[in-house]
Amino acid sequence: MEGAFLNQGASVDKGENARLSSFIGAIAVADMVKTTLGPKGMDKILQKVSEGDQSVSVTNDGATILRSVMLDNAAAKVLVDIARVQDDEVGDGTTSVAVFCGELLREAEKLVNERIHPQTIAAGWRMAQKIARKALEESAVDNSDDDAAFRADLVRIAKTTLSSKLLTHDKDYFANLAVDAVMRLKGSNNLDHIQVLKKAGGQLKDSYLEDGFLMDKQIGVGQPKRVENAKILIANTSMDTDKIKIYGSRVKVDSMTKVAEIEEAEKDKMRQKCEKIIAHGANVFINRQLIYNLPESIFAERGIMAIEHADFDGVERLAAVTGGEVASTFDHPELVSLGECDVVEEIMIGEDKVIRLGGCKSGAACTIVLRGASSHLLDEAERSLHDALCVLQATVKEPRRICGGGCSEILMAQAIDREVVNTPGKKAIAMAAFATALRQMPAIIADNGGYDSAELVTQLRAKHAAGGSNWGLDMYQGKIADMIELGVMESFKSKYQVLMSASEAAEMILRVDDIIKCAPRQRNEGY
Amino acid sequence: MSLIYDEYGRPFVILKEQQAKARVKGLEATKANIIAAKSISQIVRTSLGPKGMDKILVSPDGDVTITNDGATIMDRMEVNHQVAKLLVELSASQDDEIGDGTTGVVVLAGSLLEQAEKLLGRGIHPVRIAEGFEKAAEVAIKTLGEIADTVPFSSDNLDPLITTAMTTLSSKIINVDKRKMAEIAVNAVVGVADLERKDVNFDMIRMEGKPGGSLEDTELVNGIIIDKDISHPQMKKTIKDAKMCILTCPFEPPKPKTKHKLDISSREAYEKLYQQEQDYFKQMVQQVKDSGANLVICQWGFDDEANHLLLQNGLSAVRWVGGVEIEHIAIATGGRIVPRFSELSEDKLGKAGVVREISFGNTKERMLVIEDCANSNAVTVLVRGGNKMIVEEAKRSLHDAMCVVRNLIKDNRVVYGGGAAEIACSLAVSSYAETIVGVDQFAIRAFADALDDIPLALAENSGLDPIQELAAAKSRQMKENNPLIGLGLNGDAGEDGSRATNMKEIGVFETLVGKQEQISLATQVVKMILKIDDVITMGQYQ
Repeated sequence: MEGAFLNQGASVDKGENARLSSFIGAIAVADMVKTTLGPKGMDKILQKVSEGDQSVSVTNDGATILRSVMLDNAAAKVLVDIARVQDDEVGDGTTSVAVFCGELLREAEKLVNERIHPQTIAAGWRMAQKIARKALEESAVDNSDDDAAFRADLVRIAKTTLSSKLLTHDKDYFANLAVDAVMRLKGSNNLDHIQVLKKAGGQLKDSYLEDGFLMDKQIGVGQPKRVENAKILIANTSMDTDKIKIYGSRVKVDSMTKVAEIEEAEKDKMRQKCEKIIAHGANVFINRQLIYNLPESIFAERGIMAIEHADFDGVERLAAVTGGEVASTFDHPELVSLGECDVVEEIMIGEDKVIRLGGCKSGAACTIVLRGASSHLLDEAERSLHDALCVLQATVKEPRRICGGGCSEILMAQAIDREVVNTPGKKAIAMAAFATALRQMPAIIADNGGYDSAELVTQLRAKHAAGGSNWGLDMYQGKIADMIELGVMESFKSKYQVLMSASEAAEMILRVDDIIKCAPRQRNEGY
Repeated sequence: MSLIYDEYGRPFVILKEQQAKARVKGLEATKANIIAAKSISQIVRTSLGPKGMDKILVSPDGDVTITNDGATIMDRMEVNHQVAKLLVELSASQDDEIGDGTTGVVVLAGSLLEQAEKLLGRGIHPVRIAEGFEKAAEVAIKTLGEIADTVPFSSDNLDPLITTAMTTLSSKIINVDKRKMAEIAVNAVVGVADLERKDVNFDMIRMEGKPGGSLEDTELVNGIIIDKDISHPQMKKTIKDAKMCILTCPFEPPKPKTKHKLDISSREAYEKLYQQEQDYFKQMVQQVKDSGANLVICQWGFDDEANHLLLQNGLSAVRWVGGVEIEHIAIATGGRIVPRFSELSEDKLGKAGVVREISFGNTKERMLVIEDCANSNAVTVLVRGGNKMIVEEAKRSLHDAMCVVRNLIKDNRVVYGGGAAEIACSLAVSSYAETIVGVDQFAIRAFADALDDIPLALAENSGLDPIQELAAAKSRQMKENNPLIGLGLNGDAGEDGSRATNMKEIGVFETLVGKQEQISLATQVVKMILKIDDVITMGQYQ
């Protein structure tokens, strides 16, 4: 009835209908990514549908999948959003957060059908969430005081993250690579300073962490291809025309000779600028913007290596790696600190030329060179590695770790179950549902591996009840095992964020009883 | 129909048929309007109260908003019907005036109209109904004034304020950590309030949201947070004892407003101009430096050259800061906004204890925090949450809570929630009805019934038996002559099987102004709708 008073094309879903539509939407999205969960999870092919661009990517990363799917369901959009936030905050666990939220809603649907008020369910969930959080915090271990143990933890965490990804076969290799890269940052926590360079060719195993710094750029014509004991001036200045920035100025002359004169003046200005730059005493000049032929030739004459068009991140990374400063004016050479490194040279990776800066003054940035058979493979490898790097970085910030392999989920579920029996009222049912949803996570991981999930999860539960609180799933043997012995670790931050955002989002969807859709904006055809 | 004949018998068109798309007249019109308004109020009805549900609103572009706030729901709904639009405005004006009770006012208006419809069916003239409602509203507002209680609070006893804020928050999604959220809202308001003058400057409270973390990470920052970062990666990221110059002019050579052209006709002129330009930059930076500033906040951008000059001079800078933010910074730090470099001087600088850049998660998102401002009464609430929608909703809810706290500071009289105030008014209005002779009596009694609808809706939304709960609370109010009895929606059933509770004991109250405003605004709109007897929808010329 309400529809009649809204704009045309708008619709209102009420009560059961609304709940059904939001539950189904959210659960469908969760089910879509469910099969990618865990070390035996499967990948998805994403194909773009726009005309002219039908490119394909293959991925296992929840956030990437969810971001690429076009959805027309409000609740499903909430799920996509939490996965995105998880990606931004921690970088890993993007699939888990969507799947856990979906499982919570699946349980909620059952309870709603038993005529339990959504607000009661929400209240029960909140209590359960508190208990789970406490259990999680108690099980977390902080090894950050002991460098060797902490490093071992980091490697284990990286391995756990990578094991569900494409890089699983070489996970030992890549885990160490990622840990080395993150340790290089020395806690600066800026992932921009880790550059991932993808070069097709070779195999994944050929990837390596360059101890210098690589730039996918060209050295100017006629300039030295190798400079030792380089002093680097990093600049962000226009080396093309360098206009005079006074509004309304234009050239108006009355004869050809004057045009020539002014042209000469312009060139002089550029020459002066080059002279000033040279006066800094640098033998390598790297600019963010273009370098035109004239300054390039001047630099070549002076034997200075000039590299143009380093992108913005590149310049910042360079500044971090060489300890130089990004300069835009050149009047005070004494104030500008130059970057230093042992050698700047052009090297070949596969078929491509790149510039390598070796022996940098402060190694606060680094480059990982990824090799692989195809660009799809490389893209996915980069995503996997990025996830691992993100998790490691988050762990450096928040050094606590927990056991993986579904161990922490069972731990939280058991803690909730213990409290359920002491809770009077309908909330207890909702709490039990929360625990069931938590237990679904290892079940899904087992299912994805083709194992008997019911059998394994119940075994695990019994083990936990008997005090084996470090036991989880061993996905390679298909049985339960002590996670500490197996070395399956996860970052506390990531699991914590999964728990919090999934339950917040599930509560949010649960509380909805109306969906009011406005009429879609009319798009003019012909664009 | 709209055709008449002039004195010569020629036809004369008053309203072109093609032009009027639709026309409804008389009782038909009134009834059609009532139906439209009622159905709109039905939508928000389920959002009322602590167990109220949320709505998903999908905008024309497919963006999702999830909210419990009446005003937001009404606003985003894109209502088409004229009379329904009146209700949208009704909740908007409650939002502007009071900030809370936006759902309640619409529900009340809806039930008033429902009662009016019944009376219309009995053949009572709409205007008489309107008059009766008006009288009843006066009585109700007076009753509210009589049963109102004052809450004593002072700057060292903020508990009553926190309790009120908690009542407001209990219907929102952020009731996870109600107490903490309420404290944030209260501290924010008290932080900027002038308790002497009973005035709160809302402009001094900023709300920034950032998805990530969870709702419990929401915090109150004593200072200002702006969503900007320092312009050069190598500038200092933490500035202690910051002295900032707040500029609204770009780091560029001046642009005269008059249109002009500058012709370069010779080599000398070109070189001179170049020199001039270089000097401008140096002069600008020098002026900033001379004023003693160590941080530049600029409303506009500046190019790489200026940026580097600032860096070389040891000045940190922030560019593209929005106009509103600039004003906030200026007020909070006690600085003056400087429109021209030549006017910079030391006394115009804003001062703050610490200015630092903080980063979130592993994306490049950074924010600038200005703390310990000289003029310390500026606060920012940094709202965190698992997703974008929850952050937005938390912001709206906190805003509501702050509005309530502000109202309490302005006027510390309260009435009790959980339907207690409505029941008390309803009792007063119906006993007043007995004293009135004439048709108005029916209208006044109907008004009392409409007031009962609020506690009914509250009980309904909580999954309780509405009639039983209302009857129990009403009879206890009568028996004990105690206007504080309301519906204890969270509690357990008492001996008599109902949840009627003394609301003062469980500390559920709302501001008096808010409730009075609800009744008077709702009555006004209803009167307006009742008085319409002709709806002409103008079509396009054909």
